[in-house]
Amino acid sequence: MGKYSFRGGVHPRGYKELSAQKPFEVFLPKGDLVFPLSQHLGKPAVPVVKKNDLVKVGQLIAKADGFISSNIHSSVSGKVKIIEPRLNNAGILGESIVIENDGEYTPAEGVGEFSDYTTMTGKEIIDKVKEAGIVGLGGAGFPTYVKLMPKNPEEIRWIVANGAECEPGITCDDRLMVEHPDWVVNGLKVVLQIFPTARAVIAIEENKPDAINAIEKEISGDDRFSVLVLKVKYPQGGERNLVHAVSGQYMESGALPASLGVIVDNTATLAAIYKAVCLNTPLYERGLTVTGSGAANPGNYIVKFGTLASEILTFEDDIRLGTKKVVLGGPMMGVAIPNLDIPLEKRNNALTVLLEDDVETAQKQMTNCIRCGKCIRVCPLGLYPQMMAEAVERNNLQRFIDVHGLDCIQCGTCNYACPAKRPLTQLFKQAKPAAMALNRLNQAKKEGGK
Amino acid sequence: MSSGALLVITIILLGIVALLVGVMLVFAGNKFAVAVDPKESAVRESLPGNNCGACGYPGCDGLAAAIAKGEAPVNKCPVGGAPVAAKISEIMGVAAGESVRQVAFVRCSGTCDKAVTNSQYIGIRSCSAAAAIPGKGEKLCQDGCLGFGECVAQCDFDAIHIVDGIAYVDRTKCVGCGKCAKACPQHLIEIIPDDSVYAVACASRDKGKAVKAQCSAGCIGCRGCVIRCKNGAMTFANNLAHIDYEKCTGCGDCTVKCPSKVIVNRLSPQDQAAEKPAS
Repeated sequence: MGKYSFRGGVHPRGYKELSAQKPFEVFLPKGDLVFPLSQHLGKPAVPVVKKNDLVKVGQLIAKADGFISSNIHSSVSGKVKIIEPRLNNAGILGESIVIENDGEYTPAEGVGEFSDYTTMTGKEIIDKVKEAGIVGLGGAGFPTYVKLMPKNPEEIRWIVANGAECEPGITCDDRLMVEHPDWVVNGLKVVLQIFPTARAVIAIEENKPDAINAIEKEISGDDRFSVLVLKVKYPQGGERNLVHAVSGQYMESGALPASLGVIVDNTATLAAIYKAVCLNTPLYERGLTVTGSGAANPGNYIVKFGTLASEILTFEDDIRLGTKKVVLGGPMMGVAIPNLDIPLEKRNNALTVLLEDDVETAQKQMTNCIRCGKCIRVCPLGLYPQMMAEAVERNNLQRFIDVHGLDCIQCGTCNYACPAKRPLTQLFKQAKPAAMALNRLNQAKKEGGK
Repeated sequence: MSSGALLVITIILLGIVALLVGVMLVFAGNKFAVAVDPKESAVRESLPGNNCGACGYPGCDGLAAAIAKGEAPVNKCPVGGAPVAAKISEIMGVAAGESVRQVAFVRCSGTCDKAVTNSQYIGIRSCSAAAAIPGKGEKLCQDGCLGFGECVAQCDFDAIHIVDGIAYVDRTKCVGCGKCAKACPQHLIEIIPDDSVYAVACASRDKGKAVKAQCSAGCIGCRGCVIRCKNGAMTFANNLAHIDYEKCTGCGDCTVKCPSKVIVNRLSPQDQAAEKPAS
């Protein structure tokens, strides 16, 4: 079988050896837990608990507000201490529910009860996924139930489990596939219940032989499933690149995978779907990798949402002397955090602790753009990062939109490849919110004109 | 042919061509003349000519046309202020009305010694880039001046500078065009009347305890100024004191008990000295 890939991309060193062989450890927090009301794409959830309410593990504490929003459940049992603005991982003070942990982890009623998915209708499954507050655990945090309700359900041909995990250092999806392949495969079976005519593909980069073996063993004998071995290349796990690897077609600008008959879900999301539908367990914990040159104990942990990063990374035990930076996420797409009192939430898949800071070194060596075109060659979407950066530097947002800057997925590939060490991705990150607002305004004007 | 005759013929020929072209130009000038409102050109000449766009029209030409048509008030130019308004009102023959000089004011006093820093910012040295990442620059305060000087780059009049980590406005040079206010990603810069004595030099929306931890010069929201103000000019919203400049008489009661000295007297000599950039 040939190895599937995409146009462009780079080959950063994987650093997977730091934590790839470390089994999951369950991390039990001791201090207060902070649940930001916005842990997903879309509108923040609305709290349904009050100060001094007693909550249990898996109990609903905030309800989705609107179509693109998500429920939030408590990950511990204890008392609601206060609802106040706390620093969330977007770096802003966002309304958050603070829960005092009683350390007993009493489960709420019904959590963990087995139910049989084969007797459920698609609607029931989608409702359960929605209730459980499942969002895309790969990083974007898009509510999963919305993905499971495409406009063209009969045209869906492939359900793709995204196990590429191309970001250097992160191994939590790898460990999940090695330790619990049944969760991922059963998650796919649940989704196939909604789309009976579709086939399931588990896409894994070839640097994870253990995961490939485990999954292949799990799916043997069921011809609806297949494993797709992908080339090791960054950003192989990007949704658009995966859709290309699976369907052979490139997605149009602004299109969703469903337009090509594909639904892509992260392996961790599928495991969460299985747990929500079959075990009645809402999403309140996830796998998280601690990695990087500055991490004294790199490894994989099952982390309860709301745990502060400072509990997992303590200065005495877990951070090496000379650490320069802690990044939420991997080294390519992650964002540096200003302090460790940031709660971990649904979208966080890793904490990367870095000794020396390559960004600082790069900044010292930064020169003007030499127009070599390397960024254009490596961009997985075929964009023109050089022109986009020029537009942002000149504060010309319309030009940024015209050169399709809004399609940028901020993967950092152009940044990695740039010989002049231009801070391209930061420029795009800075420009995108304002450019999106301008784009909406333009569209409103166009519609108003008609 | 001798060279002398050639010279004479050339001069005569060129003279005839010049005459013909001159006649044609005069004819064309009369035939295709565009009627210019003499008022408009007079108004245009009285305007400063920076083309800064602070009036909201496309440059000084645009404003001159609008004033001449009577679409814009005569005191629309914030840069020229009262003298220019008086000149234009003479041309237009209408009363200038009162126009108070407007200047920019930076609502932050968190200099390097006062604001607590909690991290090191590595990345693009611009305010909008720093404001877009978690933690917003190096200061613990999320609402304060980031100090990378995006406002400085915008100013056409050399009136705003970064001194000791925050932006300062030179009141004598500032014309109140508001370009810096538009550029600031933290929305810290306010355009206020120049004759107002007091202003609140803080924009933190945090509660008192949090502000204390972030900066020794932050508004802690004690509301002492609101209680003391006899004119009802002080209001309180978002954990922050605000001054209504229309009601403020400049009595200074609000500053008496301000615990963090965040209501600054913009006119006292020491404050003026502090506002001037160290050159």
